[in-house]
Amino acid sequence: MSEPLLRLEGVFTDIEQYHILQGVDVAVPAGEVTMLLGRNGAGKTTTLRTIMGLWRARQGRILLDGRDIAALPTPVIARAGVALVPENMGVFSDLSVEENMVLAAVSGPLDRARLDWIFSVFPPLKTFWKLPAGNLSGGQKQMLSVARAVCEERKLYLIDEPSKGLAPAIVGTLVKALKDLKAAGATILLVEQNFSMARALGDHVAVMDDGRIVWTGAMATLAADPALQEKLMGLSMEGGHG
Amino acid sequence: MLTRILSGDMPRSRALSLVLLVIFLCLAFAPFLFPGTRSLETAARISVFIALAASYDLMLGYAGIVSFAHTMFFGMGAYGVALACENMERGFLPVVVGTLAGALLAAAVALVIGLFSLRVRAIFFAMITLAVASAVAVLVSQLSAITGGEDGLSFSIPRELTPAFRFAEGKLLGASLNGKLLNYYLVFGGSLVIFLGLLRVVNSPFGRVLQAIRENDFRAEAIGYRVVAFRTLATCLSAACAALAGSLFAIWLRYVGPGTAMGFEIMIDVLLMVVIGGMGTLYGAAIGATLLVLAQTYLQEVMAGAAETTAGLPLLPDLLNPDRWLLWLGLLFIASIYFFPSGVVGRLRQARRPAGRT
Amino acid sequence: MTELAPEHRPTFSRASLADRLSPHAPVLLLLALAALGWLAIDQQSSWLTLTVSGLAMGMMIFTMAAGMTLVFGLMDVINFGHGAFVSVGAFVGVTALMLMPGMTAEASIWLNGFAVLLAVACAMLATGVMGYAFERVIVRPVYGAHLKQILVTMGGLIVVEQLIYVLWGPVEIFIERPAAFQGAITFAGAALEKYRLVAVALGLVVFLALRLTLKRTRIGLIVRAGVENGEMVQALGYRIERVFIGVFVAGSALAGLGGVMWGLYEQVITAHMGQETMILVFIVIIIGGLGSVEGCFIAALMVGLLQNYVAFLAPKAALISNIGLMAAILMWRPQGMTPVVKAK
Repeated sequence: MSEPLLRLEGVFTDIEQYHILQGVDVAVPAGEVTMLLGRNGAGKTTTLRTIMGLWRARQGRILLDGRDIAALPTPVIARAGVALVPENMGVFSDLSVEENMVLAAVSGPLDRARLDWIFSVFPPLKTFWKLPAGNLSGGQKQMLSVARAVCEERKLYLIDEPSKGLAPAIVGTLVKALKDLKAAGATILLVEQNFSMARALGDHVAVMDDGRIVWTGAMATLAADPALQEKLMGLSMEGGHG
Repeated sequence: MLTRILSGDMPRSRALSLVLLVIFLCLAFAPFLFPGTRSLETAARISVFIALAASYDLMLGYAGIVSFAHTMFFGMGAYGVALACENMERGFLPVVVGTLAGALLAAAVALVIGLFSLRVRAIFFAMITLAVASAVAVLVSQLSAITGGEDGLSFSIPRELTPAFRFAEGKLLGASLNGKLLNYYLVFGGSLVIFLGLLRVVNSPFGRVLQAIRENDFRAEAIGYRVVAFRTLATCLSAACAALAGSLFAIWLRYVGPGTAMGFEIMIDVLLMVVIGGMGTLYGAAIGATLLVLAQTYLQEVMAGAAETTAGLPLLPDLLNPDRWLLWLGLLFIASIYFFPSGVVGRLRQARRPAGRT
Repeated sequence: MTELAPEHRPTFSRASLADRLSPHAPVLLLLALAALGWLAIDQQSSWLTLTVSGLAMGMMIFTMAAGMTLVFGLMDVINFGHGAFVSVGAFVGVTALMLMPGMTAEASIWLNGFAVLLAVACAMLATGVMGYAFERVIVRPVYGAHLKQILVTMGGLIVVEQLIYVLWGPVEIFIERPAAFQGAITFAGAALEKYRLVAVALGLVVFLALRLTLKRTRIGLIVRAGVENGEMVQALGYRIERVFIGVFVAGSALAGLGGVMWGLYEQVITAHMGQETMILVFIVIIIGGLGSVEGCFIAALMVGLLQNYVAFLAPKAALISNIGLMAAILMWRPQGMTPVVKAK
């Protein structure tokens, strides 16, 4: 197997006095979708934020294309081609949809062809192009957040629970968009609680618990093995507080 | 016994205990140890400022709120006594009335400001107190018909507190046994009571909650403490104590004016005292006040001397001019916040446990 | 799976009248204040004079306050030493102006205007550089700690004030305005001081330039986005601390400009003028809503108008009236007129 695009080796992250990540090892192969599953508080969001440099790893290496990015500032990691769709969507509500998109296109003006594709998968963004993003509904904000990430070609997309709190119809829209993205050869690390969405998109799975990776394997293996699913998904679902 | 008086808050360092003991003894016996008007003025000033700085530390060090209105509260106490003495018959009654009125007004104003600003953001409090205090200071100097304006007010206090009153013949260890002596002990005793009272407050359950709020207001709120109520109450208490200190100062000086009771310079002095002495410990306020008043009184002479000796050099005499002493204090202030955030007291306590926690 | 998300119409299109007016409430309040002044002041000419001087004052306060409110919004840094830039700006600008007597003595609008612009440039350059140093030395080590920020920046203000005394001497400096800006013009029976009209124009230029920058440029977008969610701006690939230093420097330079304007308005400068103007600046920032440039602008004009109207009607109540205005606004909107959205 060739060297993956992203590899975490023994990553430890503390938030204040709490040890959240306790030696995470995970590989994200290029051109495929890796699902990060696990119960609430297992450290999935912290993993994404640590990759992005929003939280600092105390120990361990984060290799992007073989280069250790663990100590780089967040903007440098972003410019190296990593895009984040955060859990809270991170939409700038004071800015218009257009301004949000313009800001996300760091390397130049918005690409017309990509924009047409974005409008075709997320029509509301076209409708409300000039309006403040704060007036969008929750699902539309999520579309904008994803659209911001995909408005330029990136090496790696980090997407944190896009389906959270959204209506099924909107989840369907998002799944379609991410499938398009996958078909175009994108590398995605996706945190998801919704197993049907995970199954629809994922090639690989890494399951987290207590700040560590406890299982990795192919999505197909997991989908075909109800006992394993029960074991891991039980793990995924148990203690679903919050 | 001592533990009771100090509310169980022991200095926890031999050096610190020694320094505090020296300060206490020097102030307690100042009229006899250091005869002379100037040293007695200094001792009274130190006493008052210990009380004032301690009341400020309740807010800054324990509750974690920055106020720029502390001299306004101080001034309310001072002007309260002055106006009562000016407008009522001479005696102890106006002194008491003025003191209580000043303290109540200060607490009431603190309550209003607290309710307006603390419920939004602690940072509002700093800005709003600065604005209000400045406006009040301007108002005090404008309403000269009542407050005497820039000239201030000289007023008469009960005869028993003036040098004209002699309660015994002769001298004791060089000090005349007159009303001035009584007045000094009123100021010293009053300041001591305020200080010990504040010590009790900060070591009470109330004081512990304040510190919990200072460390993490979000968590304190989550546990179920009403953060705004606690902070506002601390502000009111602190303001009332400042007003009491102001009353003592006015009684001692028999005069109030914008310069002695309202000026922004006093606010800066108090800030320096608390920060240099050590925030979050009342002993720090005591040490800071002592150091700063002594420096103010005696260091300026040293600076004047230094300025004279360097007279021929460029810029240096200007920098050493005694009027520029705030420049050096300002630098010291910034440096202490960066490098000794726990102040003199923190240093002294650290010295005891070199390997201890910082 | 392929069905589209239902389209949601933005709800505000069907909002009630009160809801639709609400975003414009600050502007309406400003107009109401001017109207109230018109009713309270008998003579129309006096009202016009006072309104112009109120606007002039407001514009100057806005110029001083804009940087401070943006710095707060962007980085959650409250700079109590901001007044130092006002004082230094005034001293540098006035000194520069005094070095050009040939250009200010004769009433030539071009020559005088050029001299003032030159003085302003000197002042802004000096305060901009000073702002950079201030940010690096004083503010940088205390990010995220409000208590220390307040104390340290206050210490910085004291030190800068004292340095002004050392460099320029302890007495205040009186300054005459350039000849072309002296005197008044008569309009509709009211005497309008020329300098105040210039101040209004200058303040308006600053506001429009600031607004245009914030609305139309990428830097402006980054600043506005950063005020709401600095982390996300970084995750998009922008070095927000560089933007922040830029804003800090620009804000300091604007304070310097405000200092020159204020000095020429009062025709006297002192080391503690910055500290004095900070009272009104704080009131304006609180009323406007910390972090909001537009709120700051409206609030500055309100404070300027109120100060002038009340000073005419009851001179001693002028400063207190602004405290009253602040209290009233905070009762109505505890976060200020145009609270800034924070994603934290």
